[in-house]
Amino acid sequence: MTAATTGAEVARVARESYGRLVALLAVRTRDIAAAEDALGDALAAALSTWPRSGVPDRPEAWLLTTARRRLVDAARAAGVRRNAAPSLVLTSRVVEDVGEDGAIPDRRLALMFACTHPAIATTIQAPLMLQVVLGLDAARIAAVFLASPAAMGQALSRAKAKLRDAGIPFSESAPEERAARVGAVRDAVYAALALGHGDAAAGGALAEEALWLARVTAVVLPEDAEVLGLLALALHVEARRLARRAADGTYVPLDAQDPARWNRAMILEAERALYRASPMRNPGRYQLEAAIQSAHAGRLFGHPAEPGMIALLYEALVAHAPSIGAQVGRAGALLAARGPEVALAALDGIAGAEAYQPWWAMRAEILSRLGHGDAGAAYDRAIALAEDHTVRAFLLNRQAGGSAPT
Amino acid sequence: MHYMLTMLETAAAMSERDHPEKAEGYWGGWMAYAEAVRFSGVMVSGNGLQPPATATTLRIRNGQRHVEDGPFAETKEMIGGYFIIDVPDLDAALAWAARAPAALNGAVEIRPVLPPPPPAAA
Repeated sequence: MTAATTGAEVARVARESYGRLVALLAVRTRDIAAAEDALGDALAAALSTWPRSGVPDRPEAWLLTTARRRLVDAARAAGVRRNAAPSLVLTSRVVEDVGEDGAIPDRRLALMFACTHPAIATTIQAPLMLQVVLGLDAARIAAVFLASPAAMGQALSRAKAKLRDAGIPFSESAPEERAARVGAVRDAVYAALALGHGDAAAGGALAEEALWLARVTAVVLPEDAEVLGLLALALHVEARRLARRAADGTYVPLDAQDPARWNRAMILEAERALYRASPMRNPGRYQLEAAIQSAHAGRLFGHPAEPGMIALLYEALVAHAPSIGAQVGRAGALLAARGPEVALAALDGIAGAEAYQPWWAMRAEILSRLGHGDAGAAYDRAIALAEDHTVRAFLLNRQAGGSAPT
Repeated sequence: MHYMLTMLETAAAMSERDHPEKAEGYWGGWMAYAEAVRFSGVMVSGNGLQPPATATTLRIRNGQRHVEDGPFAETKEMIGGYFIIDVPDLDAALAWAARAPAALNGAVEIRPVLPPPPPAAA
């Protein structure tokens, strides 16, 4: 076996099993940083050992055993400095968790509940999940969250220290709080998806990682309709990633995208997730957002987007979660379904959108359809607020009278 | 784990301690809480404190003693007392904090107690 193929195999196992192994290594000690260090050492050991000895039959079990040994060594070394007897006991108890057949139990939900515990600042919950469940490094996370790698690294370390020292439980239970905890996990996954979407525009690959996180969440919370909704939403958005850019790199709005450039397999998977969610009879904002995407995706199967139905779905979404984004989306749906006057009235009814770029872009679009003189000024604001240069270029073109989508 | 629940009370709540009509309700609430903590077996220790006006703050700077009248920081909410409880994790500590009268209009800070130092190491 060559070093290259071993490297690929280590990368695959790390990707598939990172969160599972961190969860198992940290679940008793609550020390995520130590678990990550030990797993990092074990992965490095795999890279140097496997090319000679071959990939073991159960690579995950091998990594777990190696990482656990590192963890015990580290705890023993720390014991010289402080009384670490309890953590030694906790560390050795990991052994009990592994089944006779070497199967690795899945404690990732406990890990996710810990990362999204209300005692952890909301702003750090999504980065923390991306790091400890997927193994993303602080520098990559920082790039997406518009923070310096050093600051992000510190914030993540602080959060992990709090998890360890404040006694935040790593458990799946807490039935009386379960709904709230699941809600926090969903919101953190959604935050990761939103950032992944922005990152994809900048050429980054965080969108794939966020989709992976949504998949893991659907594995550990298979009974939750909204988690399935999130997964469907993530798949729809990722399925259209390539189509959002023309060959020359310019931005292509949804209505003008060529369905042939969408990822058909992902869209079908999204439809299946949404279909699985529907008999659970627990609709919510994420299923509604996915349903809106689904209505647009119908074009792939020859069903043109039905403006009336999309507007109805937006009404339901705004009723569930009246975010500014949802309200601007509703105005856009009304523009297609009922024309610019109705859309403008809906847009004017949104409070607190002065600095929200999509609000200005929508306003500019509506005003130009009405032939209103203020359209140019609205385009100026939308262009000034745009963070994505391809969106800026698209708006400049529209302002100059470029062809409307559709 | 041992946690200290620091009870942060508003000036209004603390003034109820010797208010002719409200004192009974104030003390009743705290007594009930203290009893609940005790009977559940999680109590390690705890005390109420006199109001911040009775506090004296001392600092030593350049070998000089600086003694000041009043608490170390003037804040809207003040420390009215504390409980140290022994519970398995933060969620259990939060559940006890949520039952404290101070949680309703003041706040409760929950902090793990530093574990005892190791026996003299080799």
